[in-house]
Amino acid sequence: MQKGLWVSVRKRLHGAAGDRDMEIEVSIDGPRFIALFGPSGAGKSTLLRMIAGLTGPDSGVISMDGEIWFDSTNKINVPPQKRRVGLVFQDYALFPAMTVEKNISYGIPGPSDKERMDYLMEAFDLKGLCKRYPETLSGGQKQRVALARALANRPRILLLDEPLSALDPAMRGTLQDELARVYREMPVITILVSHDMGEIFKLASSMFHIKEGKIIASGPPGDVFGGSNDRLKITGQVLAKQEQGVICIVTVAVGPDVSRVVVSRDAAQALSIGDMVAISAKSFNPEVRKIKIPL
Amino acid sequence: MPLVFWLYFTTSRAGYVVRALINMPLVLPPVVIGFYLLLAFSPNHAFGRLLYAIFHTNFVFTFEGLVVASVLFNAPFMVNPILSGLEGLPRSLGEASFMLGRGRTATFLRVLLPSIRPAVLTGVILTVAHTIGEFGMVLMIGGKIPGVTRVASVAVYDDVESLNFASAHVYSAVLFGASFAVLLALLLVNKRFARTW
Repeated sequence: MQKGLWVSVRKRLHGAAGDRDMEIEVSIDGPRFIALFGPSGAGKSTLLRMIAGLTGPDSGVISMDGEIWFDSTNKINVPPQKRRVGLVFQDYALFPAMTVEKNISYGIPGPSDKERMDYLMEAFDLKGLCKRYPETLSGGQKQRVALARALANRPRILLLDEPLSALDPAMRGTLQDELARVYREMPVITILVSHDMGEIFKLASSMFHIKEGKIIASGPPGDVFGGSNDRLKITGQVLAKQEQGVICIVTVAVGPDVSRVVVSRDAAQALSIGDMVAISAKSFNPEVRKIKIPL
Repeated sequence: MPLVFWLYFTTSRAGYVVRALINMPLVLPPVVIGFYLLLAFSPNHAFGRLLYAIFHTNFVFTFEGLVVASVLFNAPFMVNPILSGLEGLPRSLGEASFMLGRGRTATFLRVLLPSIRPAVLTGVILTVAHTIGEFGMVLMIGGKIPGVTRVASVAVYDDVESLNFASAHVYSAVLFGASFAVLLALLLVNKRFARTW
């Protein structure tokens, strides 16, 4: 019996950039926190949906602890209801006509499991929000409800589809800590889709870098993102270019900050606004100091 | 409701055919629908005999017949708002419910329908309003038997034809007032519903 999650699938993706074939093979042997990283349209969400049972692969096999969930040759496709997978959607998908309490207890099968409910309300600090409707919650609160709801059914796998992308940096930090804590308390296979390298370093023990439907790198985040000998390397997006004589000042957005970098005119020619760039330095010692995130 | 349920979840092409059929009353003159229903319900035809055998009721020129015909005739006013309300919901709502182990029926009744309460109410308003005002089909299938199937709109027509303007005025004014009151009440209720979440 193959322990853990095993996915080996093919699917034709219809993206904005034309059709392409997705071909993914992933094996996760036990409770681990895995991150999926890659550009939009690479197939990260599709992979999550296939594991959840919401989207069918064209061919291949998905199994969990030896139980076949999908097998194209034997025409097996276990419906999402029977897989016991928790999924947190990008838009949270909270039920608008139910209170926070009802939203969460909806996922608990059979007669309401009081103990479970209390644990979740406590763990996600939702006690005061029981009777509120989702519409009246802030983004961070909605996120916590969505997480609690996804965990209500004691899922065997927890899938997180860019759950923190819509939140401000301070809130993200808090929720990342919360995610890490919940994972420690209830270790299940957790797969997080994220564009945020910091988030991946903080939470995931292992990651897959997906591009155009294929895994191009995998391993611990340090190995996947590292790989060069630069002393300092940051990545960002070009916001503006301004020529000044023989040099050019390029404005780059790095996370929530904006930096200005001086480059030669020739180098600047190759850059256009919106490009992703890596800024690296070898010959000086950068100053590193801790900052306080305003709460 | 079962019809809307099926239409929402079906992926089959039959869904389009059924939708087209449901929407026929919007396009066809009511009299035509009434005519076909009259033929269908008639005890002289096989389908009419079948209905009689099952329900032991005659559907032609009776109140029961009017009710059945009205349901069919008003289906688009009920089905369309609810269906478009459902389709306006993010797919993820239904999917989230599936992920939590719930089947289609529970998802439909506990998650989707409550999320579109205003649309359901719009369906009710339109249906009620339209039923009050219906004329041609009611005339065909009901046959304006006084005290049984002579509805208000048909009564107005009769009175005008026989130049009985005073009575026509009374019927019209009552219809006008009643329609307005029903619509206003439903809109107000709708607003309160929408505000609860």
